[in-house]
Amino acid sequence: MSGRIVYIASNTFREAVRDRVLYNLIAFALLMSGAAILVGQISIGIERLVVINLGLTAVSLFGIVIAIFIGIGLVSKEIDRKTLYTVLSRPVQRWEFIVGKFFGLAGTLIVNAFFMALGVFAALFYVSRHFQATDGWVLVALYFIILQFLIITSLALLFSSFSSPLLSAVFAFALFIIGTFAEDLRGFASLTKGIVRWLATAAAYLVPNFSALNVISSVAHEQPVARQLIISNTAYALVYASVALCGAVLIFERRNLK
Amino acid sequence: MKPSRRVTIVASTLLVICLTASVLLLRTIDRERTGATLEEVLYVSSPTLLKRMSLGYDGLLADVYWTRAVQYFGDKLNRGSEHFDLLAPLLEITTTLDPHLMVAYEYGANFLAPEIPGGAGQPERAIKLVEFGIRNNPNVWRLYYDLGFIYYFDLEDYDKAEKAFADGAKLPNTHQIMPLMAAKMAEHAGNIDTARLMWMTTFQTTRDPNVKSNAVAHLNALQVDQDVTILERLTSKYREKTGHLPQTFSDLEAANLLRGIPVDPLGHTYKLMPDGRVEVRVPDDLPFIVKGIPVGYIPPRIPKLPPVN
Repeated sequence: MSGRIVYIASNTFREAVRDRVLYNLIAFALLMSGAAILVGQISIGIERLVVINLGLTAVSLFGIVIAIFIGIGLVSKEIDRKTLYTVLSRPVQRWEFIVGKFFGLAGTLIVNAFFMALGVFAALFYVSRHFQATDGWVLVALYFIILQFLIITSLALLFSSFSSPLLSAVFAFALFIIGTFAEDLRGFASLTKGIVRWLATAAAYLVPNFSALNVISSVAHEQPVARQLIISNTAYALVYASVALCGAVLIFERRNLK
Repeated sequence: MKPSRRVTIVASTLLVICLTASVLLLRTIDRERTGATLEEVLYVSSPTLLKRMSLGYDGLLADVYWTRAVQYFGDKLNRGSEHFDLLAPLLEITTTLDPHLMVAYEYGANFLAPEIPGGAGQPERAIKLVEFGIRNNPNVWRLYYDLGFIYYFDLEDYDKAEKAFADGAKLPNTHQIMPLMAAKMAEHAGNIDTARLMWMTTFQTTRDPNVKSNAVAHLNALQVDQDVTILERLTSKYREKTGHLPQTFSDLEAANLLRGIPVDPLGHTYKLMPDGRVEVRVPDDLPFIVKGIPVGYIPPRIPKLPPVN
């Protein structure tokens, strides 16, 4: 990675921290500690299940919201503040700016997820007083959530490279929802015929597949995740994020910034 | 070459390569996760809880679950599976989310109730499903028909079948077949014409291609059963008349017992065996037949349903 990309990425991370993005950790900590105490009082035998489900869902949703709302402003904010012109007047290429922004926000989300993961494990320890081998699958679920963040960050950047922040947020959220039902979408496509089937299948493969990246329920039920799935999901998330980033670079390269 | 042009070419190439790779990877993931979604969705197996969780979008969620039910059954059937454990909960969730989704009840009556391999072999669950439908749609004759259908074919409880048809016949917008079916249940329950009438009604009134195809397969099977019965009776008659069994159908024709060489509903000629039995030529294409099955024939694990245009 070139030094310029690293510099833009670290600046993006610093800016996110300065914007008090990590304050969401306070809300998350309150949620987890409240849930742990409550679940410890009222649940009979499903404390771990509730804490894992609630914790991982919160990590995912907090991260997705941050990825979208920060991601959509990464380009437009720089244009509004005119700081983009200062950056691009230096020997920084446009694609480096986009890629740097991507890594900056991805880094912010990973740090955020790391602290939230600590919260989940703390709550898990509080309700069951010990850790067990199957808790390792929670780490896999967290890893998949981070892969989701990479995809959604790249999509937010793609939309923000040509659209207004509001529309970018709408597009990104819509794609997140559609992607959550990606497997059902392919199911719908398989029930159709002819040209409609072809188009529906193409659309179903074009939207990001978030359903395969969501193993929260299965790890909450202490079910293992296949190693092959971890490898395939990693490759898929990286490749899909690359697609969105390439799209963002192509659009941003041609965008008239005057 | 300008740097921006170089970036465009590299980014475009990378985009195409990555997009292709993402599709290939997704296909790999799909293969690795066969059935995973369904098992996961049923971690929340309470239809009532799901209805609350749908935040008012229960219609859309019902459509999603309906598609999952059809896919689940289709996939399992195509793989020759003998376990359809998730079909009943999927249909129950679908109908709780949208109690007016008639096609789900119809699907339950046709595929949840019949014995494996043609169905899931759960007639009691199918009855519960259709009764739930009747409670929520008391004026829909089709549900009473589906209920009578299950009692007639799967449980052979002709009294309850008659009651279901009679109840449906009282509705203001009932179908003309309902009082007829009630009468037939009372008089001729169990005969082949009644069964044919029911499958014909199912074929004519359904819009679901799977249900239609299933009905055609059953109608073909009934036709074969009837043909074989008649042909074997004619063979016995020939034997009584001549003292020996016919060698071919032409012998029956020559004895004025038959007009032409008989064919099954798919156009294949029947086989007259040396012992006087009659067999079908392509039993794989005629699932559900009970007569005319070749000796030693092992049916395929997956019933071959005819295509419906």
